[in-house]
Amino acid sequence: MSVELYVVQFLTGLANAASLFLVACGLSLIFGVTRIVNFAHGAFYMLGAYLAYSLTIRWQTPVGFWLALLVAAAIVAVLGAVIEILLLRRLYRAPELLQLLATFGLTLMAEDAVRLIWGPEDLVGPRAAGLSGAMTVLGRPMPVYDFVLILLGPAVLGLLWLLLHRSRWGLLIRAATEDRDMVGALGVNQTWLFTGVFALGVFLAAFGGGLQIPRDAVSHVMDLSIITEVFVVVVIGGLGSLTGAFLAAIIVAELNAFGILILPGISLVLTFLIMALVLVLRPFGLLGKPLAQSRTLSHRIHGAWQPLGGVGRSAALAILICAALLPLVLGEYGLGVASEVLIAVIFAASLQFLMSVAGLDSFGHAAGLGLGAYGAALSVQHFGLSMEAALLIGPLASALFAAIAGWFCVRLSSIYFAMLTLAFAQIVWSIAFQWVEVTGGDNGIVGVWPSAWASGATAYYWLTLGCTTAVVLLTRHLTFSPFGYALRALRDSPLRAAAIGISRQPVQHAAFVISAFLAGLAGVLFAFLKGSVFPDTLGIGTSVDGLIMVLLGGFGTVSGSVAGAIVYKMASIWLISNTDFPRLILGGLIVLLVLVFPLGIVGTLQQALAGRLLAGNASVRGRT
Amino acid sequence: MKPILQAEGLRKSYQGVKAVADVSLTVSAGELVALIGPNGAGKSTCFNMLSGQIRPDGGRILIAGTETTGLQPSDIFRLGVGRTFQVAQTCLSMTVRENVQLALQSRHGGLRGVRTLLSRFDRRFAAEADALLDLIGLAPQANRPCHELPYGDIKRLELAIALAGAPRLLLMDEPAAGMGSEERAGLMRLTAAIARERQLAVLFTEHDMDIVFSHADRIIVLSRGTIIAQGSPSDVRAHPGVQAVYLGTGIFAIGDP
Repeated sequence: MSVELYVVQFLTGLANAASLFLVACGLSLIFGVTRIVNFAHGAFYMLGAYLAYSLTIRWQTPVGFWLALLVAAAIVAVLGAVIEILLLRRLYRAPELLQLLATFGLTLMAEDAVRLIWGPEDLVGPRAAGLSGAMTVLGRPMPVYDFVLILLGPAVLGLLWLLLHRSRWGLLIRAATEDRDMVGALGVNQTWLFTGVFALGVFLAAFGGGLQIPRDAVSHVMDLSIITEVFVVVVIGGLGSLTGAFLAAIIVAELNAFGILILPGISLVLTFLIMALVLVLRPFGLLGKPLAQSRTLSHRIHGAWQPLGGVGRSAALAILICAALLPLVLGEYGLGVASEVLIAVIFAASLQFLMSVAGLDSFGHAAGLGLGAYGAALSVQHFGLSMEAALLIGPLASALFAAIAGWFCVRLSSIYFAMLTLAFAQIVWSIAFQWVEVTGGDNGIVGVWPSAWASGATAYYWLTLGCTTAVVLLTRHLTFSPFGYALRALRDSPLRAAAIGISRQPVQHAAFVISAFLAGLAGVLFAFLKGSVFPDTLGIGTSVDGLIMVLLGGFGTVSGSVAGAIVYKMASIWLISNTDFPRLILGGLIVLLVLVFPLGIVGTLQQALAGRLLAGNASVRGRT
Repeated sequence: MKPILQAEGLRKSYQGVKAVADVSLTVSAGELVALIGPNGAGKSTCFNMLSGQIRPDGGRILIAGTETTGLQPSDIFRLGVGRTFQVAQTCLSMTVRENVQLALQSRHGGLRGVRTLLSRFDRRFAAEADALLDLIGLAPQANRPCHELPYGDIKRLELAIALAGAPRLLLMDEPAAGMGSEERAGLMRLTAAIARERQLAVLFTEHDMDIVFSHADRIIVLSRGTIIAQGSPSDVRAHPGVQAVYLGTGIFAIGDP
């Protein structure tokens, strides 16, 4: 390869960085002030692109093009402000997990809304009028538009710097980023400051979306692809730092540009590896600072945890017996659905153990499930092993990966932990997606069938039921073992745990590995149930499914996930087969759930029961 | 007598600002030593270096003859150090008894290895935990969820947790902060009695000078990161440098002859 090619590739990378920077600095601004990690930022980017598409095809003049981008971004910003006022304002004091889920719900809704309005096909927008030509760099052509983008990034950074450092509003934003409680205590009206910052952040994202029109097709999957990249950018740059976002956007864009040239097979992995490396060396990103501890209280404490009493155990046994008798009533299809629900229970129980007991909110639990599934599929297809062997190899593959990834992850906490787990899951996803020779890429691995004795629907259902029962009993046992108490001590009070001799990293690492092992078992059962494995099992969607099931059950409870998984899985299977726009409904339900039942099914029941028992007592504890 | 805690030449700066400069101190078995000083004198920094939360820039710390400089708090626990915090730190999702049981199991090695996964938590060291709760007067509350306790009881629970580690040294950061005056005196009397009986070395910080002068055997006064005086309560009270540091706060009028 020649030097010229490298130069051109470098310039293309810089041009790619522009959009990435705009979206990332919007996310970073919003996070800095409101402490919300806005998952919906990718959706706003996508909406900006779609609206800009509709406007630019009407206004095909040099002024019209830029006007279209600005108008589109402004419309999306207004939409963002409305969402902030209606939804996010109620969530600023809520746990991070609820905020992430609510904004993920918005993302799901946006995806279907876009399909509803613009149709399912990819749309190719017009070129930028007046900038559609090419310039020659070292004998190679480069689009003029790319040069505009290269200049635009620093220009936006400069404008934002002026806004933040030369205006009163900017001063308030910087002050709120340092310490929002103090800004509130000083009498600044935070409500509109937050709305304004949110709208500005959304404007930047939507404008970034519009900028991509002349370069890329507009599609309804662009939200998730940009949001992962942007998470990587803000984590590398440091949450809350604009200059950090700028630097990191260039690093990530260049890694992508050169990764394709140098390491075509694993270009996606490269970015996530760099992110993992940065987080380990500088846990708060290149230019980020440690997050100020928010002064809000934890929501998770509702009383001392206890194992189920006699009544609870009898009820659980009764449910188990009913479940075992299901094959008497259900046909083959029904049992397939029931098995899928049970697998979801295993997956959710493994995540609940990690989140409720260990207090580790993983956003990459799909890696556990997916590696189990791929581990099983590969051992059957490539090594000709039996299902029985695969049932062990799959979970072990997950556990092995968790042992490696977990070593990095448990060095971080809260939101950075969540993002690093997401990054590791994306690494695995990109390997499954890109390493076509082994994983089949997008086509997956098919023909993964169970052993003869378990191939009937009833037998397989009973196998799954057996595994599910074992997993639920095991997580309950672990919760009330000394190990579970040590984990809970680390979650309740890291200072106290250290002072009584519990060292955080080894204990949390062990929990991470155990949880992945159990998720891996769910993956194996899933692979044999479906007879195939696709990269989807490793995707963000799978991780979020897990989070929703735990949330639905109640993430402050010991085993609400069982109820959450059953309700959620049945609802989503029903929605997918009975409606055209399942994401719109599902997303709406998630948002509603976060707003109305933040304690989940079991949590709400527990509170209702506690309320009845304490009726008349003035000190009934409400949700703080 | 050989000191339990021995610190030599401790130093710590934050971005060029010296929080603690050259502090040396010792605490012996059965002795209650108070570390006092105005806000910003370096008490908390000193304390956090001794308990392993902050790594000193220079100097060394010996606990019962073992060098602990740079060790993690969880390692320092194993050398026999119990700790209470300015803002009480307990596990709010557990009962009162479970809080103490956890510390007992940790001391007996019950939180390491595969055994932690296989055994049941509630069956181990329950009786020992109840004995400690009895000692500090919390036995009737043993089964209550920790988060329901009044703050004064949580502070006492912290003492029980610290004692569960069978410490030779107790580090107590403002043990009486946030308590009513009756409760404060009670807690300090209890601490002093236990310390004498079990021959514990106790180092504590406190803002309440009544508590300090009526319970400490020895007082160390910090100002701007260095020790300006130490000795018996009457020596310290008479020290001109201490009076200068505290001048105008009026605390030395209390109980002065």
